Amino acid sequence: MIERYEIRFSGSGGQGMILAGIIMAEAASIYGTKNAAQSQSYGPESRGGASRAEVIIADAGIDIDYPKATSIDCMLALTQTACTSYYSDIKKDGILLIDEDEVTDIPEGDFKVVKYPILRAAREEIGKSIVGNIISLGMITELTGIVTREEIEQAVLSRVPKPFLELNKSALALGFEKAAELKKAL
Amino acid sequence: MAAKKKLMQGNEACAAGALYAGCKFYAGYPITPSTEVAEIMSVELPKIGGKFIQMEDEIASMAATIGGSLAGLKSLTATSGPGFSLKQEALGYACITEVPCVIINVMRGGPSTGYPTGPSQSDIMQAKWGTHGDHPVIALTPAYVQEILDETVRAFNLSEKYRTPVIVLFDEIVGHMREPITIPEPGDLEVVDREKPDCTPEEYKPYDDTKLIAPLAPFGDGYRFHVTGLNHSEDGFPTNNSEMIDKNNRRIMQKIDDNIDDICKNDESNLEDAEIGLFAVGSTSRSAKFSVNAAREKGIKAGLLRPLTIWPFPDKAVSELAEKCKVIIVPELNLGQMVNEVKRVAAGRCEVIGIHRVDGEPIKPAQITELIEKYS
Repeated sequence: MIERYEIRFSGSGGQGMILAGIIMAEAASIYGTKNAAQSQSYGPESRGGASRAEVIIADAGIDIDYPKATSIDCMLALTQTACTSYYSDIKKDGILLIDEDEVTDIPEGDFKVVKYPILRAAREEIGKSIVGNIISLGMITELTGIVTREEIEQAVLSRVPKPFLELNKSALALGFEKAAELKKAL
Repeated sequence: MAAKKKLMQGNEACAAGALYAGCKFYAGYPITPSTEVAEIMSVELPKIGGKFIQMEDEIASMAATIGGSLAGLKSLTATSGPGFSLKQEALGYACITEVPCVIINVMRGGPSTGYPTGPSQSDIMQAKWGTHGDHPVIALTPAYVQEILDETVRAFNLSEKYRTPVIVLFDEIVGHMREPITIPEPGDLEVVDREKPDCTPEEYKPYDDTKLIAPLAPFGDGYRFHVTGLNHSEDGFPTNNSEMIDKNNRRIMQKIDDNIDDICKNDESNLEDAEIGLFAVGSTSRSAKFSVNAAREKGIKAGLLRPLTIWPFPDKAVSELAEKCKVIIVPELNLGQMVNEVKRVAAGRCEVIGIHRVDGEPIKPAQITELIEKYS
């Protein structure tokens, strides 16, 4: 039974961290059968500045009272600043997923670190740096198993304008594939 | 039939609640963290024959909201701290002219422009005393996304029923967070419409003092009457008659005082045998509930009183809490507002301790748990 599963998405404003949080919460609670609460923290700027979104997931019927992270199961960091500022809440044996080009000073702790050049892959393999958050969602789904591939895919596709469906599908698929490889080394 | 479940943001749920209640007019000036309410109303109102207007500032927005309601439409405005300050004068005008309307205040850090994207609960006292003069106040404090929808509907109902403005106070955290909620079908929730006069326009008295709440005629239906912020007589025209002034000033307060049980609403958890009481609203009450559950797991008898109506103040429920508990802990995102009301009601019967935070961060469960454990 899942009483409380915490995910934090962190990066800088404009990288789609809040959208990633919304999609994860929808995958769990609308396309899946769980309960979820998504919250965010951001500065007055619309771009730049630290940005983070948090999703708390629990089994259906379990209330999520405190909506912010307390002890994180999985955290994504797309910038060094976000990583340094926010990693300390990761729980023992939790997962820290980092963009390995951006985060070079990797924090040490009782958690597992998964490294992948997420933003570079978005640019070079998919052709749009903007899908970094979708690759990340694919990776987190594969690494944690908290939602199924089908649930996250339905949630992503319902949020994306039609001309970009295939682009996002490929980004998600790339995330699943890379995380499946990296998971073996954990 | 399967209920329609949707992941919704608090502010979205607020707009959905207003539309469900039959709101047909919105006048506002956008301000973080309440802007989504205006955005959604601007898209949805024209689709149902309603009107949305962005005014030049918050003062004009409040005035237009009152005007919309006098024309017979359920009216809404939404704002945050700095805008709420500007709306105060017209809010008092709505109180004395007895115009139903709903004001949403998604609280952010203050004073002044403060911290737009950070949560706060520092307008609790302003909701009560922001406008001058003795005046009736109803203020609701939802804490969950579903509750924001439901309580926005209740705000319209109370406003229509008691012919008075109703304030809905929530904070940036619940305004911006998303949770799966069930959208009610028509008929699932009660919707109250104001009483209209059944007399002829010639016989109509907008402030008929033989009634606690006089029916309100919409402008445009042939009922012509005077509306003024000055103390007025039954026909709405200004008066110097001290007997009439006294009667009217007492009556507008009595509307609320005589109906406390209908207006007050609380959510209680684990209070039956509680020795340590918690009193909290909005996002802070969610931290408090988390801490109460954690305390119960350790065998500590903690319980939570969570008012959904903060004004009028839940004296009766707090008094019962003070009788049974050795301490009442009041976490709030300000430097001490509700805590003094709790102390007033507890009147020395138990200890009352506040937890206060004004750095733009929520009060974390750990902070509350620490104090609960100290008193256990």
